[in-house]
Amino acid sequence: MNARTTPSKAATLPAALAVEHVSHAYGARKALDDVSFEVAAATFAVLIGLNGAGKSTLFSIITHLYAARGGSVSVFGFDVGRQSGAALARIGVVFQSRTLDLDLTVDQNLRYQAALHGVAGGEARARGSALLQRVGLADRAHDRVRELSGGQMRRVEIARALVHRPRLLLLDEPTAGLDVRARADILALTRGLVATDGVSVLWTTHLVDEVKPDDSVIVLHEGRVLAADRAQAVMAAAGAQTVGDAFARLTGAAEEAAS
Amino acid sequence: MSAIESETPAPFGLGAYWICLRGIVWREGLRFLHQRERFVSALVRPLVWLFIFAAGFRQVLGVSIIPPYETYVLYDVYITPGLIAMIQLFNGMQSSLSMVYDREMGSMRLLLVSPAPRWFLLTAKLIAGVAVSILQVYAYLVVAYFWEIEPPTPWGYVTILPALILSGLMLGALGMVLSSLVKQLENFAGVMNFVIFPMFFASSALYPLWRVQEGSPWLATVCRLNPFTYAVELIRFAFWGKVDPVSLAVVAGCAVVFLAAAIIAYDPARGMLMRRGG
Repeated sequence: MNARTTPSKAATLPAALAVEHVSHAYGARKALDDVSFEVAAATFAVLIGLNGAGKSTLFSIITHLYAARGGSVSVFGFDVGRQSGAALARIGVVFQSRTLDLDLTVDQNLRYQAALHGVAGGEARARGSALLQRVGLADRAHDRVRELSGGQMRRVEIARALVHRPRLLLLDEPTAGLDVRARADILALTRGLVATDGVSVLWTTHLVDEVKPDDSVIVLHEGRVLAADRAQAVMAAAGAQTVGDAFARLTGAAEEAAS
Repeated sequence: MSAIESETPAPFGLGAYWICLRGIVWREGLRFLHQRERFVSALVRPLVWLFIFAAGFRQVLGVSIIPPYETYVLYDVYITPGLIAMIQLFNGMQSSLSMVYDREMGSMRLLLVSPAPRWFLLTAKLIAGVAVSILQVYAYLVVAYFWEIEPPTPWGYVTILPALILSGLMLGALGMVLSSLVKQLENFAGVMNFVIFPMFFASSALYPLWRVQEGSPWLATVCRLNPFTYAVELIRFAFWGKVDPVSLAVVAGCAVVFLAAAIIAYDPARGMLMRRGG
């Protein structure tokens, strides 16, 4: 698993994900208000926000479940609305809810995903077994998903999201419901994908302790972006010592301004 | 090698469409095989009607010679096409139930993030459901054969297939439209009561339309407006190696309309996914 992608090449690419002035509303309720940020190629970006901040809506718009009322989203320069095929081919997604077929084997789940992306036969099998190796589940390929633990299922979902070799991986609260150890495993695995394989990651969470000083952070609160920068810079700007502190100060200030 | 190195993904060509369709049908088939209760209940339901309802009624109700039949037929022979259509109706509703479930659980979204166009994904999903329903129908026909229900020539088993595909598409697409209207899983029992039973009873499935006409002209009109009647008649004629052009036109037309409605309902830029907020 040596990394053959070259960072210098990645730097010349357009942003892995560019969200530009996205607004969305359900009826009268505004869910997203002029949201803009970028995820550079081969970086680990954390979208952090409380429940109800608009993370899920944003996630749905990026994955083209529905179109935003305003603004645009592009993946490596491909507009999700107008060139959705090209954009979606470059995205791998791990959804918040478990989306594996429990009665099918791990291998069958991966092959279904490969087929959805037009990959079949020996190619699909080869990719599947390489990825299971990568997430440390090579020996479970022929087990039913039902027999796996929560953390193992998440790892299968990450492997599945990579079957079509996307350059951008989106994970929606991937650690929700996992124990401390499984959480750390998933986080380390995903960070490894960024470091060794040059994958770009957008990781949404409400848990501030998942952020490292070097990560990009996007703080989303009540549908608006309060900060989007390196975690260090966000902390410095907020005059905080920790990410959690910075987050509390930013959201607190936003609430004060609103009231 | 890196497990995930990649350059530009290949554009979604004709081969990719085929792989995608095959994968969706394959998964639906696997899931069906793993849900044995579903298979058993799909088979038992029509057999209960056949063994109990029809056996009781064959003494009471004679069916006169009406097309496509050229001789008197037993009542169990008469209701077989209706029961076949019922299998497909239930299967269509079951698929739509699983779509509502998938939508709540999120695996619907897995399908919808495929780079293939959404109309294609929905059509593939529909075809997968139809394939499963045809398996169920043939399983029923095997049992019915031992109950001495068989077409005049063995070719009936072949000529029924195109009719099953069309009626399956129509009923499956109807289920898909309903799945977009039903907001939550809990409401689905209501759909069962308000769609399946009226559709089944107010049709030519259980009694010929001329008999309904004698009893209640108003109900006969309802039956004539019910697309399910045409699915039943299409299957009835096809099983007897014949084609009923009116039924063919109605079923094909309804299939297209229902599918178009489902595609609009699942369109990213409008439709229910947006209203519901995913």
